[in-house]
Amino acid sequence: MTAQAVNKSAIGSTLVELKSISKHYRKGKEKVNVLNELNLTINRGDFLALMGPSGSGKTTLLNLLGGLDKPSSGELIIGGARLDQMSNSQLTRWRAQNVGFIFQFYNLMPVLTAEKNVELPLLLTNLSSAQRKKHVAAALSLVGLSERADHYPNELSGGQEQRVAIARALVSDPQILLCDEPTGDLDRTTADEILNLLQTLNQQQGKTIVMVTHDPRAADHAKTILNMDKGRLV
Amino acid sequence: MSSSFLQIPIISWMNIKNIPQRLGTSSVAVFGVACVVGVFIGVLSMATGFQRTMLKGGAEDVAIIMRSGATSEMASGLGYAQAQEISHLPGIVRDGEEPVSSPELYVVVDVTKRTTNTSANVPLRGVLSAAFTVRKNLKIVEGRTFTPGTNELVVGRAVQRQFAQLNVGDKIKFGSTEWTVVGAFEADGGLAESELWCDAKVLQEVYRRGNSFQTIRVKLDGADGMQKLKTGLASNPTFNFSAQLESDYLAEQSKPLTLFIKTIGWPVAILMAIGAIFGAINTMYTSVSTRTREIATLRAIGFGSLPVAISTLVESILLSLIGGVIGAVIVYLLFNGYTVSTLNFSSFSQVVFDFAVTKDLIVQGIWFAVIIGFIGGFFPAIRAANLPIATALREV
Amino acid sequence: MYYLYFIMKNLGRKKVRTILTCLSIVIAFLLFGLLRTLGSAFDQGAELAGEDRLVTINKITLIQPLPYNYLTKVKMLDTVAIATQSNWFGGYYQEPRNRFSQFAIEADDYFSIYEDLYSLPEDQMKAWKANRIGVVIGKALVDQYQWKIGDRIPLIGMFPQQGGNTTWEFEVSGIYEAKTKGAETNVMLMHYSYFDEARQYGKGTLGWMIIKVKDKNQSELVAKQVDALFANSAAETKTSSEKDFTKSFAKQFADIGFITSIILAAVFFTMLLVAGNTMTQSFRERIPELAVLKTLGFADATVMWLVLGEAIFLSVVGGLIGLLFAWLIVAGAADALAATLPGLMMTMDVLIQGLLFVILFGIVTGAIPAIQGLRLQIVTALRSRR
Repeated sequence: MTAQAVNKSAIGSTLVELKSISKHYRKGKEKVNVLNELNLTINRGDFLALMGPSGSGKTTLLNLLGGLDKPSSGELIIGGARLDQMSNSQLTRWRAQNVGFIFQFYNLMPVLTAEKNVELPLLLTNLSSAQRKKHVAAALSLVGLSERADHYPNELSGGQEQRVAIARALVSDPQILLCDEPTGDLDRTTADEILNLLQTLNQQQGKTIVMVTHDPRAADHAKTILNMDKGRLV
Repeated sequence: MSSSFLQIPIISWMNIKNIPQRLGTSSVAVFGVACVVGVFIGVLSMATGFQRTMLKGGAEDVAIIMRSGATSEMASGLGYAQAQEISHLPGIVRDGEEPVSSPELYVVVDVTKRTTNTSANVPLRGVLSAAFTVRKNLKIVEGRTFTPGTNELVVGRAVQRQFAQLNVGDKIKFGSTEWTVVGAFEADGGLAESELWCDAKVLQEVYRRGNSFQTIRVKLDGADGMQKLKTGLASNPTFNFSAQLESDYLAEQSKPLTLFIKTIGWPVAILMAIGAIFGAINTMYTSVSTRTREIATLRAIGFGSLPVAISTLVESILLSLIGGVIGAVIVYLLFNGYTVSTLNFSSFSQVVFDFAVTKDLIVQGIWFAVIIGFIGGFFPAIRAANLPIATALREV
Repeated sequence: MYYLYFIMKNLGRKKVRTILTCLSIVIAFLLFGLLRTLGSAFDQGAELAGEDRLVTINKITLIQPLPYNYLTKVKMLDTVAIATQSNWFGGYYQEPRNRFSQFAIEADDYFSIYEDLYSLPEDQMKAWKANRIGVVIGKALVDQYQWKIGDRIPLIGMFPQQGGNTTWEFEVSGIYEAKTKGAETNVMLMHYSYFDEARQYGKGTLGWMIIKVKDKNQSELVAKQVDALFANSAAETKTSSEKDFTKSFAKQFADIGFITSIILAAVFFTMLLVAGNTMTQSFRERIPELAVLKTLGFADATVMWLVLGEAIFLSVVGGLIGLLFAWLIVAGAADALAATLPGLMMTMDVLIQGLLFVILFGIVTGAIPAIQGLRLQIVTALRSRR
């Protein structure tokens, strides 16, 4: 995986740059400001924890970073690409190549086995079926779930499901992993296992990770902790 | 807790109040049943209407005499002398000295149908004045009757509406002979309204029938009139005729087409009903699954599983019932009295009739809806009853 | 392959629901196949009608006979290749409900004018011509009454014989076969010479004439020529192509055909609604999953096709089963109904129409959820989860 080599070598250089990013929604007649003139730089190889109370704008920021949503104003540059200027279909393609998502509720396809779930993002690449199989096997072994490849999500524990979700996020070798409360639905022990796994990925594979969390113990695993309140960094 | 019998209305009422939350899928179930009941009643109302038209034309005190073996008036034939002899047989009512007997000719002519603009076989009946005495429900409602010896026609109300060139005053050509329409008659919506009438003598001439007829209709004298007539017909060895009640004859004539419509109507309705049942099952499964928590709570409090099951059935039947009523009302408004004409296989001639959405049919249709509702609710009801309380409470 | 697998897996998610939906589609197309076949049975004759054949009837109506010498006059026209005639016998076997068609015809001319539709083995033809009371019957009659060559068949006819007897006796001399699928074989053919000689009334008349023209491009002209021959006579004629004749006869039932189409429309509409509603519901439950797919980078169009593909797949499976059942039922009933509704079969037309509707059905039922999938806002959809 050459991309990984590049990632590692480039550790410390700027990956994400937010220049006076604002985001507001309309709720009926009212205008709700979620993000206010936000400036932020994230370096390659960072493990960033975003903390803050509900409604502080954490998830909105994460959605912007993942190209799920577009800022109302400001510049958003990730890996040299201007996300704020992309069309929806460009964003879709960009997501497929550059981002891996990990959700609180895992969001696996219940009708697919672990293996098939991990394979999903690879359908968007030009890899052959055999190559896909290889990548899937590698990703599953990385999260320590090779033996569960044939299991359906409802046959797995919460922690195992989240590992499958992590494997799915990793398999296409994205530039950045985005995690939204990845341990919010897990017990303490399992949560620690998942956080350790993320930490390992960050340290050994050089993955850039942005994690939204409520949990201060989760944030302890991160290199950098940022606190948000009312749409600003504090 | 009250007896399970008393629990049923409580839970049912909760279900029903919950329906607005599932309006989409519930209305589909209602609509599906409405369509099924609509088609069911619609198709059968066609058979009923046809049968009604045919049967109304048949009196129970009138006998029709045809050549033995003839299954329709067109296939029969008898000479003038024979007609005279038959008229004087016992069992026939007399009007003064003369027996009430009407020898008639029955042919078909091509007339243009308004809806298709193509010609169709319309019956043309040649009659003498006695024809009007034998049929007591027939009355001229427009113009006048034909003058004997002329090419004049009186036409049935029904055929007049469905076919072209039959207004009073119109001239119409059958082959090379031109006829003038001078009047229209009604016969309580009976079969006669599908016919054109003219003077039998004129028709004999135009059709080169000499002095022959095809059938005789006679008015029977009392309850044993038919028996006397039959004995009379049998006693003459030169006769090869048989008599039957006009009502029986027309009932027989209506059978093949009625049967045809019913053989198509029933399977179609049943197949559709099965489809509607699937719709209902789906709706009710959805209903049960959206109420999972509510049901589990009720069960935890101590409501029985039977009332829960029955309340699901009640909801299903109620939805179907609403659908059935909507379907019946729509079909009634759309089809009742809708006039069509088709070829009756038995007489090889057109019969004009109205769809008849009768009370019986509506009741049948609504029963049909109830059955759909029952079957549709049955399995979901079992699921509702067997819901594992503990897991269901944790759900959602 | 993966997508197909994914679609299959999604369909297997709630098996009861998928099966119920599929069954409603099966029923819709079963009814489609049956009703369309029935509808086309009414005007099937028109498809088999020879382009070079004309039918001449009495202008008053088909029932009214024509003088026999009309045939001689028509035969003399140099635009006519063959002309023959046929008569309605109108009999039944034993009981009035055993009614079928019998025509009194002239053997050689009849079989040569219909050589494209029917054939009779030469030795049987010979035997038939030698037997005054001989008749030939088609396969449908053989199936229905188990008659065979040599059987004597008494029929009660509409025409009395000399002396008033209405029972006629015939002997089966041969069994003719249809050369084209759909040609009726429920007709008994008897010798006109015998029929005309024995009947009491109507001697020297014929029922209708069948004319084969030399040049089919001149059919219309010949029809006019024939009618002109008898214009202003006591029995004027109406000549039309065999196709028009059959069509206009079928139109006598027209309202029934129209009503059949209304029923079909109602059936389709109902089933569409039932199936469509279920599919929409099933997709609605999966909106968060669709959102996840989009998050992973699947294009809007791909998500839409997954949804549409599922709907079409279900429709194709259900539709094909439905059409297959319809075909089986029609094939099974064809023989039983051959005497009353001859030539009942599911035509290629019905099948192709059916297949088109199957696809259309899938697209329509999948359209609403597919568009919902297309427009799905990821952020909102993800938030709606739990």
